[in-house]
Amino acid sequence: MNFLALIGSVVLAFLGHLGRLTIFTATALSHCVRPPIYPRLIGRQMIDIGYYSLPVVGLTAIFSGMVLALQSYTGFARFAAGSETAVANVVIISLTRELGPVLAGLMVAGRIGASMAAEIGTMRVTEQLDALTTLSTNPFKYLVVPRLIAGFLMLPVLVLVADIIGVFGGFIVSVYKLGFNPAAYITNSYDMLKALDVISGLVKAGVFGFLIALMGCYAGYYSKGGAQGVGAATTNAVVSSSILILTFNYIITELFFGT
Amino acid sequence: MTDVPKIRLRDVRKSFGAKRVLDGVNLDIAKGESVVVIGGSGTGKSVMIKSIIGILLADSGVIEVDGQDVTQIPANNRDAVNRKFGMLFQGGALFDSLPVWENVAFGLMQRERMSRAHAKERAIETLAKVGLSADVGELSPSELSGGMQKRVGLARAIAGEPEIVFFDEPTTGLDPIMADVINDLIISCVKQQGITALSITHDMHSARKIGDRITMLYEGKLIWDGTAKDVDSSGNPYLDQFVHGSAEGPIKMQVRR
Repeated sequence: MNFLALIGSVVLAFLGHLGRLTIFTATALSHCVRPPIYPRLIGRQMIDIGYYSLPVVGLTAIFSGMVLALQSYTGFARFAAGSETAVANVVIISLTRELGPVLAGLMVAGRIGASMAAEIGTMRVTEQLDALTTLSTNPFKYLVVPRLIAGFLMLPVLVLVADIIGVFGGFIVSVYKLGFNPAAYITNSYDMLKALDVISGLVKAGVFGFLIALMGCYAGYYSKGGAQGVGAATTNAVVSSSILILTFNYIITELFFGT
Repeated sequence: MTDVPKIRLRDVRKSFGAKRVLDGVNLDIAKGESVVVIGGSGTGKSVMIKSIIGILLADSGVIEVDGQDVTQIPANNRDAVNRKFGMLFQGGALFDSLPVWENVAFGLMQRERMSRAHAKERAIETLAKVGLSADVGELSPSELSGGMQKRVGLARAIAGEPEIVFFDEPTTGLDPIMADVINDLIISCVKQQGITALSITHDMHSARKIGDRITMLYEGKLIWDGTAKDVDSSGNPYLDQFVHGSAEGPIKMQVRR
């Protein structure tokens, strides 16, 4: 095969993949607003995504906040005095705008995206999706829609919790290691924080939650070839949702804060 | 006036890329009849069933259920037709996130909007029909043996009292005794409820036992059709080779060297 033909086949495969993903997304969204809706399944997914992801997101957030405080202090100490104010500002702005949603998104992508792809992929290769169809149950409504809704709703909640825990981590290091005044740290943080910082982070979280569930369901739904196919679907779900998280993070940041 | 066949296939074709799987299949199944399609692996038996159910779309041809061409029904509007169907999948295809009773009651709760309590009662009654106790209903599918999974799959297929049941390799992977138990269950369930059945299998013992009629699929076409007792005297070399399980004959297996 010559070089141009190779490029052509790759481009065609990519476009085919993109088209299939677009149709999958449109179909899933159309089912989100048409009955029947399964509140019981949505609730179960909300618990899976929200409650069971709390430990991993919480740990990520607290250590991120702690490291952020430590690093920004050592950085600012080289240039000027007054790092006490700067550290509090950097910790709260970075966490609410960027680190909270992005790190929580990436951690949930690894935990939930992979699990969704594996579960739906296994259902695909063991004919359980076909069985759903024969029982007059649309797999989009039964499997995809509850995950999309739960992902969209629960990621913002997780990010809000991550923001609080992360800021608390920064506070711990600043007060107990760096010797900052606790009241001053809290005041500095509070004064610096704007509603838009938190809102932009929560909007990002909602979009990331939707993307994680979408890519997990998509990869699982189209998996084939037995155990190897399910493994590949799991990898694809995590890699694609991680890339989309980073891409959409820039796009949303540009929309909120771009000049 | 002739009776309308329960299922009627005319010139049904289906290809996957360059591979032609169904190449003009014609088949009539009367109401209450049990037809078994035999044929080697990869000859398109499952594709034929999935095309009737609507899991796969035939490239061309007519598939009628009770005289209605189901290929013309949009995928999101097939509920009325799908209500007539039940299916026993080759691997069981039980939902491993649900207990056994909920697997059996799934169609009742989803299709007929039956309450959980009522659906559970019906599920336990149906499990009893396939020889399983109420205790089994509380187990997870992963806790069941292969034979029990088949029985649960059969219970799920008949729980909604369908008019037509499809059996995809119902005895594959089972020991001969359990295979015969499943055959007997299929016969009793189908005959008791007056169900029309379309089964696909490699297992000639099963085919002879459960089929009123047997037909053979080879290279995308049905090449023989007759009753179970005619199988041994068909004079069809393809059928003879398949029935006797002989490597010698007109059917050449593709063996890559």
